[in-house]
Amino acid sequence: MSIRHYAIALSIVIALVLQIMPMPAMADLYRPDWVLLVLSYWALALPNRVNVGVAFFTGLILDILLGTSMGVHSFSMCLCIYVLAANYKRLRNYSVWQQSIIIGIMAALYNLVIFWLQHLITDIYFLFDYLWPVASSMVIWPWLFWLLRKIRRQLRLN
Amino acid sequence: MNLMFSSGPSLPNRLALALILSVSLIVFDHKFDGFGTTRVYLNSLVSPLQYLANLPGQLLNASASRFVSHERLFNDNAKLTHDAMLMNGQLQRLTFLREENDRLRSLLNSPVQDNTRKVVAELMAVDNNPYSHQIVINKGAINGVFEGQPVLDDKGIVGQIMQVSSTNSRVLLIADVTHAIPVRIARNNVRLIVSGSGSLDELLIQHIAHSSDLKVGDILLSSGLGNVYPEGYPVAIITSIIRDESRPFSQVRAKPVAQLDRLKYLLLLWSERTLEEEPEAEISVK
Repeated sequence: MSIRHYAIALSIVIALVLQIMPMPAMADLYRPDWVLLVLSYWALALPNRVNVGVAFFTGLILDILLGTSMGVHSFSMCLCIYVLAANYKRLRNYSVWQQSIIIGIMAALYNLVIFWLQHLITDIYFLFDYLWPVASSMVIWPWLFWLLRKIRRQLRLN
Repeated sequence: MNLMFSSGPSLPNRLALALILSVSLIVFDHKFDGFGTTRVYLNSLVSPLQYLANLPGQLLNASASRFVSHERLFNDNAKLTHDAMLMNGQLQRLTFLREENDRLRSLLNSPVQDNTRKVVAELMAVDNNPYSHQIVINKGAINGVFEGQPVLDDKGIVGQIMQVSSTNSRVLLIADVTHAIPVRIARNNVRLIVSGSGSLDELLIQHIAHSSDLKVGDILLSSGLGNVYPEGYPVAIITSIIRDESRPFSQVRAKPVAQLDRLKYLLLLWSERTLEEEPEAEISVK
């Protein structure tokens, strides 16, 4: 009764906290896009419950937390989650390693769209360091997939 | 079996709706600055998440300070006593000089410098948004913090308050690309504008004629123009000047005096002018 209703929301909140958690400057560069990863999993597993709408509101919270202009993260997040939710049947049949590559491409799209929107607003320059989260997200994906699937099966979420 | 998207608009329509909403939010927020006061409430709404994210670091710090060796505490104490002694010595002189300065200023009919009220704030989180340099501090609207308030550390100017929420607020650092601060050179009062470069240890000074009197090592003080920063606080030291005559201006770089990459305790300033404007701020500031 209780936790089953909040499991998805709770996982998103944990992802948000991980996303803004202070880290040493060295590790900060390689921080995976936790929120994108968790939303991606739910969009693939339960596209009827988590899709563009949830992505939009999570993106807005991310905008407030990170101090960017309202709408930047939500734009990018919606785009990525749409691609995943629209192709969920195909992507589910991929092996976890193939999925990891797809997630990498999505993370690259996510970061590049955010960069591009920010570039329109303020004149920032592109550094390749900005793409490190793509690599770390790809590495984290199999483990996160395994963990969230375990949770989903344990709680029989559908 | 749940039918996918059994209710509401189809997926592409949802995407279109969300994207249009996002774009209009961006325009509304950025071009028209439409979230001025709403942002305070929104920030307060999400601040529990920030406190939660800050918790592990705080626990680590607390346990680290619990296990500090006796010897180190003893040494720190001795050093601080020594420092306090020296500071107090200088302070005696300072009150005398300030009175004398005020007297001279009133003789010259120029305005007497206002006293400023200071409050110590602590760093809560450094933003991990790679495109801008912002930090979050643990003082907010209930402490009287206001937008545009200057923030200092023990060495020099750090930045200004960008967004306020009820219990914490966000500081834009002087090294951010969108930030610029009017300064003057301590040596000869030449006025300049120092803008952020996007990297924490470098500031840029643009539009400087080749003939202007700048030297490497010059100390730049805030000039008080622009009415955000009070006058006379150190901002940066010039580190390199490239006078390439084929370019219209010389390229001048400077290093911030404040240690922007290792901030811990910060000072918030209230000048008398802002205190008069916001009398409620005075009450809440102790």
